[in-house]
Amino acid sequence: MALRTFATRKTLGLASTFHQQLRGLQTFTLPDLPYDYGALEPAISGDIMKLHHQKHHQTYITNYNKALEQLDDAIAKGDASTAVKLQSAIKFNGGGHVNHSIFWKNLTPTKEGGGEPPHGSLGWAIDQSYGSLEKLIAKMNAEGAAVQGSGWVWLAVDKELKRLVVETTANQDPLVTKGPSLVPLIGIDVWEHAYYLQYKNVRPDYLKNIWKVINWKYASEIYEKECP
Amino acid sequence: MDMDLSFGLGNGPMVLVRPNYKKKHDLLKSTRITSTLIRIKPQSQRCIIVTTRTSKPHLGLVLEFYSIVFLFEVCLVDMSWSCSNYLCLSTSNTGSVISYNELTRLNSCKFACVSEGQRWKRQDLNRASNILAYSSLKPPSFKIDIGQRRKDHPLKKPRNISAYYSLKPPSYKFDALEPYMSQRTLEVHWGEHHRGYVETLNKYLAKDDILYGYTLDELIRVTYNNGNPLPEFNVAAQVWNHDFFWESMQPGGGNLPILGLLQQIEKDFGSFSNFREEFIESALTLFGSGWVWLVLKRNEKRLAIATTTNAVTPLVWDDIPLLSLDMWEHAYYLDYKNDKAWYANVFMDHLVSWNAALARMARAQAFVNLGEPKIPVA
Repeated sequence: MALRTFATRKTLGLASTFHQQLRGLQTFTLPDLPYDYGALEPAISGDIMKLHHQKHHQTYITNYNKALEQLDDAIAKGDASTAVKLQSAIKFNGGGHVNHSIFWKNLTPTKEGGGEPPHGSLGWAIDQSYGSLEKLIAKMNAEGAAVQGSGWVWLAVDKELKRLVVETTANQDPLVTKGPSLVPLIGIDVWEHAYYLQYKNVRPDYLKNIWKVINWKYASEIYEKECP
Repeated sequence: MDMDLSFGLGNGPMVLVRPNYKKKHDLLKSTRITSTLIRIKPQSQRCIIVTTRTSKPHLGLVLEFYSIVFLFEVCLVDMSWSCSNYLCLSTSNTGSVISYNELTRLNSCKFACVSEGQRWKRQDLNRASNILAYSSLKPPSFKIDIGQRRKDHPLKKPRNISAYYSLKPPSYKFDALEPYMSQRTLEVHWGEHHRGYVETLNKYLAKDDILYGYTLDELIRVTYNNGNPLPEFNVAAQVWNHDFFWESMQPGGGNLPILGLLQQIEKDFGSFSNFREEFIESALTLFGSGWVWLVLKRNEKRLAIATTTNAVTPLVWDDIPLLSLDMWEHAYYLDYKNDKAWYANVFMDHLVSWNAALARMARAQAFVNLGEPKIPVA
């Protein structure tokens, strides 16, 4: 199944990317998931993963590419007002693409280490800043549940202050809108599309269960890169 | 008529506080409040706070005769005496209304008065002064009685607390909107989301007696706080929004609006299909969670399409909404997954209740004058 969908994506993207690259505009394609859609069960169902990846993330990428094309045109023509008008579409769709790309890397099946607590410097930093991993998880769950409407909850490291922070963003705003020196380590999508089919309106249950498939290894790598 | 003897001592303007005259009471400690006569009725207690005129040790006699209170003071130092009377603001069970100025002054009191039986607790006066936290809010449209508020305090209420707001079911059965909106969606959307909002709202209101007594519309406007919403805003607005949404839909809905509404739409949008296109486009270009509305703008006296994020409603801008479409993902995800365009089109074709919109517009015309007066020329 994964192979088949990979093939179709490639052929569809080929024509437009060729055209874009002629103009020197870098476009984006849907990144592959490093695991099967059903591999994250029972924390996140395969249906949700498939829809989330193939429909939602793909839509963000398509609209982002479109917005970039329009922006490119507007800049080439010197049309400042259109260029500024497109900013919200770029923030939304581009942010959606950026956030979801991080999200897929943040998840991993349980048998490949999902949910395993972080060791090394990240684990130590978590214990220092929050007391324990459980307390950090409780805090992130509380903030995630409190997000009104759609948004994300992040565990990030402030690369200037070398400190861990928990932040929330609204809609698809990327984390940098909350602070230019914030580097995301773990992001959890609390848009309803991320959990509705399985958990309906019980967002706290989704937040409790998603920690079983969180990829702390990836987070540790990023942390060690920013705070060696 | 009743008499009471109170003893006051101190070196500043003082207040004698006495509890219900029907009970025995001890000699009271006095405290320092500079205020005029206020009568507070906690539960069935009545209490009079009286300022004395002198700061020297004196003996005071408080006589209450229906709604008039006489204060006779004798100064023990120079044996001067004075007699003053106060008219109580009210003797009825509804107690009296206290102005915010009075409460400001109460706020600075160091209250330490107890009496046998009823404890006139400091927390109760502090609770009254918590009203200052919201003192910039417009007071509710009818007078609220402090005594009533205190009677309704959760700790004093009987244990079976009744809800302030109730969950109203849609006027059609859950499977009436099939196949356009499934029964399952209605069960979860109404039964869990909407119900959750109502219960959270009641929980908030049980804590905050300053917000008790507003109608839902007023509550939304007040908690919106001109763009800086209080935490109750989201829940209150979502309760209202969902009530409005269920009424904006009907089984066998869709088709075209009729009569005056159609005329007004054609006048303001050009044609119905223009309006429909614009409405669906607004629904699709909405980022994140929100609502799409057909509103009647009060100032511009015309119809318009508005989109709002999260829980915001056109009520906060004083416009009159006629229709709404819930674009939160929970409204369509079970039926349409991520296909917003399909959902919006189905809403327009099969779900929207033009009858409801027409009725709302008819009501709105009592507040907004849409037509040009037909003044004959010569």
